[in-house]
Amino acid sequence: MGARGTVNCDVLVIGAGPGGLAAAKGAREAGARRVIVLERDACPGGILNQCIHDGFGLIRYKEQLTGPEYAVRAEREATEAGAKIMTGHQVVRMERMAAGEGIEVTAVSASGLKTFRAGAVVLALGCRERTRGAISIPGSRPAGVFTAGVIQNFVNIRNVMPGHRVVILGSGDVGMIMARRLTLEGAKVQVVAEILPEPAGLARNVSQCLYDYGIPILCSHTVSRIIGRRKIEAVEISEVDQNMRPVPGTEQRFDCDALVLSVGLIPENEIAQTAGVTLDPKTNGTLTDEYLQTDVEGIFSCGNSRRIMDLADFVSEQGELAGRNAVAHLTGEEMETWDESRTTSMLKGYPVPDTVTCTLCPNGCQVRRVADENGTFTYEGNKCPRGIDFAEQERTAPRRMLTTTVRDADGHLIPVRTGQPISREKMFDAMKEMRTFTADCTENIRCGDTLTYVTDKDGSRIRVIATADSR
Amino acid sequence: MKEFSAHQTDILIIGAGGVGCAVARELSRYRQKIIVLEKECDVAAGASGRNSAVVHAGFNNRPGSLMAALCVEGSQGFEQLARELGVPYKKTGKVLAAFDDEDMNILKKLVAQGETNGCQGLRLIGAGEMERLVPGVGGIGGMLSPETAIFDPFTYCVALAENAAENGAKFKFNSEVEMIRKEADGFLVTTSDGETYQTPVLINCAGIGADRISEKAGVSGYHLYPCRGEYFILDKVADELLSVPVYPAPRPGIGGLGVHLTPTIDGNIIIGPSAEYIDDRDDVSSTAPVMDKLWTEAQTLLPALERKYIIGNYAGIRPKLAPPGEGGYHDFVIKEEEGCPGLINLIGIESPGLTASVPIARMVTDIVREIAARSHRELTEKTSFTAVRQASVRFRELPEEEQARLIEQDPEYGEIICRCQKVTKKEIRRAIENPLGVRSISAIKYRAWATTGRCNGGYCLTRIVNMLIREYGVKAEEITYRGAGSEMFSGEVK
Repeated sequence: MGARGTVNCDVLVIGAGPGGLAAAKGAREAGARRVIVLERDACPGGILNQCIHDGFGLIRYKEQLTGPEYAVRAEREATEAGAKIMTGHQVVRMERMAAGEGIEVTAVSASGLKTFRAGAVVLALGCRERTRGAISIPGSRPAGVFTAGVIQNFVNIRNVMPGHRVVILGSGDVGMIMARRLTLEGAKVQVVAEILPEPAGLARNVSQCLYDYGIPILCSHTVSRIIGRRKIEAVEISEVDQNMRPVPGTEQRFDCDALVLSVGLIPENEIAQTAGVTLDPKTNGTLTDEYLQTDVEGIFSCGNSRRIMDLADFVSEQGELAGRNAVAHLTGEEMETWDESRTTSMLKGYPVPDTVTCTLCPNGCQVRRVADENGTFTYEGNKCPRGIDFAEQERTAPRRMLTTTVRDADGHLIPVRTGQPISREKMFDAMKEMRTFTADCTENIRCGDTLTYVTDKDGSRIRVIATADSR
Repeated sequence: MKEFSAHQTDILIIGAGGVGCAVARELSRYRQKIIVLEKECDVAAGASGRNSAVVHAGFNNRPGSLMAALCVEGSQGFEQLARELGVPYKKTGKVLAAFDDEDMNILKKLVAQGETNGCQGLRLIGAGEMERLVPGVGGIGGMLSPETAIFDPFTYCVALAENAAENGAKFKFNSEVEMIRKEADGFLVTTSDGETYQTPVLINCAGIGADRISEKAGVSGYHLYPCRGEYFILDKVADELLSVPVYPAPRPGIGGLGVHLTPTIDGNIIIGPSAEYIDDRDDVSSTAPVMDKLWTEAQTLLPALERKYIIGNYAGIRPKLAPPGEGGYHDFVIKEEEGCPGLINLIGIESPGLTASVPIARMVTDIVREIAARSHRELTEKTSFTAVRQASVRFRELPEEEQARLIEQDPEYGEIICRCQKVTKKEIRRAIENPLGVRSISAIKYRAWATTGRCNGGYCLTRIVNMLIREYGVKAEEITYRGAGSEMFSGEVK
């Protein structure tokens, strides 16, 4: 296209979330000379940037990281491997050219409309949230109805609070994580309603996001009506029958000033479709072979745009493999296969009664304390000795990593965590201490910097650490 | 006292729906001081923004009625009008499907009625042509109205209002009329914000509230019956399923046109409306039984529809003069009230009111001219009147070369804020800085079309809110969805 000029590369990755960053790393390490990642947002990391809670990296880095920390690492790995990340680039079109001519990708950016020509493309497009519109909740259409990811962005990045009396529909992981997050920020989460007979997200989130804070969950229930003309005033929650239809006569009213929906994620593949990639008609995910290649030769797909996954760690692993395979495709070497069973190990739903869900690793062991005939207590259900320590601590003095944000002098939020888990009963006091703190922003804050301290139960001072660089 | 500080005007219009805006724009051709009062925060807040977005050809209305005459006139002038005002418009034609002989008989009569009304090109079609125009609908035959068109009703109302404002009309939003006092030489009107207006000519374009406004002005006897119509909106990915609006043959007795499928100018499909008389004039809720019924009927009409295509719902209220027991239509009331000189009532302006809005406005102008003549005044045309409104840039619809040129001119065209609809930062900025000064998320939605896609604003809403806070100094708790009372947030987190 004449004046515009074309940027050539071996592997082009679309999306700089965990999948895309790992794909870029994988492609470089497999020998691709020029690897470019196109990211629509102003900074890399994708949705990790708003996931300020911990629980990331247990598999990939054998550490408990927050989302932003995980993003910082993934970005560093991609750039250290030699990939080039171009932010502020929204891909609008993609086309497979004649054999041997590669794939043409068009992107819009503030520096112009650009054309890229790549030997192979890795799609790491992520997903979007199912909305109120998609699930057709009856009632009025007032202000105050949001999806959980939108609320996560508002609360954790934009410094905007949706309300103080919140109802959450859907017990997906984002929904439960936002139940805890909003509670820590002073909101009262009235109830979490779940249409399925069991919680939809991970058992450890049921335990640490809902049970820890006494947030009630109503399974086999849904929001059957939204009430409030201009601003939401309440929702009506009904029990559902086997067909998931509300049962008349079971309506309960819950007053609220915000309704947060966590009702599912949908792979986002509009860009894939412009190149004619075939999608699964049920899930909207890209269909790939075992090498993660789509039915359009040279276009690979990974992460949530292929199939919704529970952990970012798996997304990274898959992305890295897709990146390597994209190179193998170009060089004619043998490709590796993706083992689908890798991703389905986490326990979902209710935690097993009378057990503790160990969160030290992704196994999520359900550890139970039992007495033998002599009256001495032992633990069972743990796959490793750490489970015993965790369960014992949970019984006597539970501790939690506190993840939140602090405000800087410009009103921007910086994600932070405590340097070590603190006593669970001190969480709200610690939140209060941090509320009075304003970070100095005359100098750049780096991920890992100690910003302030909070007081633990025994009076010891615990560091509060920035989990992202200031931008 | 308040009265002494009343705003003096020549013409006071109540209601900034399609009709009120068209009347304001038509009258802004003349040397008249015009004020429009609107109780909501923006134009098109009632039925004008909650309908099927169709320019009707005029075959549905009783010959000899105002509805028929004004609709046909409106339909025939719409293409030119849309070009003048920069409003998206597309002549798709429309198909009415017949599934049995009774339907075919209804359609035969409809063709004859349409021809009497002056509609052009109406004809019956066979099953083969049906399949070509609306594949998958089936039916034994149908009727084609080639002149029927689809358009964007929000942009239409915004364009009329902006053009009227450019020509001198003043719009006062959040101004609900509380009291109207008839005086010797006009009216004294008090609004909810404590302002008063004095005017010799009062034009009642209050839509569903028109009977009450008339009563406030001292003319009782009208009663409007709210009749709700609910809709579904489908994702653009389903756009290949339908390119021409398709309606069932209108069986007698229904209060609307029957549940139909309409492609929108932006590539979505809308399903609806239902027709249900309700008591509450403001209740635009969606209800479970009607949603089920709509979906069943739509799928009967086009079996290829799938629930996964649904991205939203909305509902509107028809201001009907025909009471529930009777159904059908009563004609528009457009007249100066004999017992109340200076009061021009527009009552029962339901469908096809938007199509007919400019002819209605011309009719109102004639009445205003008569009123002026009574006091030996004339409506003098302004030399400065400009009928053309520059269409706003729609980045997504431009060829790539043009997009590249725009980004070079202004890098904000290179920042896509709404990814579903590909709306750029520059377009959002234009919408925020709209000439009518409306500040709400819905104002941005209807002007820039952001948040209207499949993610319901999941991607762009946070970015738009951030712009308002960071670049326009708006406080989080001041941001409303559609005006006061619809605050979206409680404030800052910290």
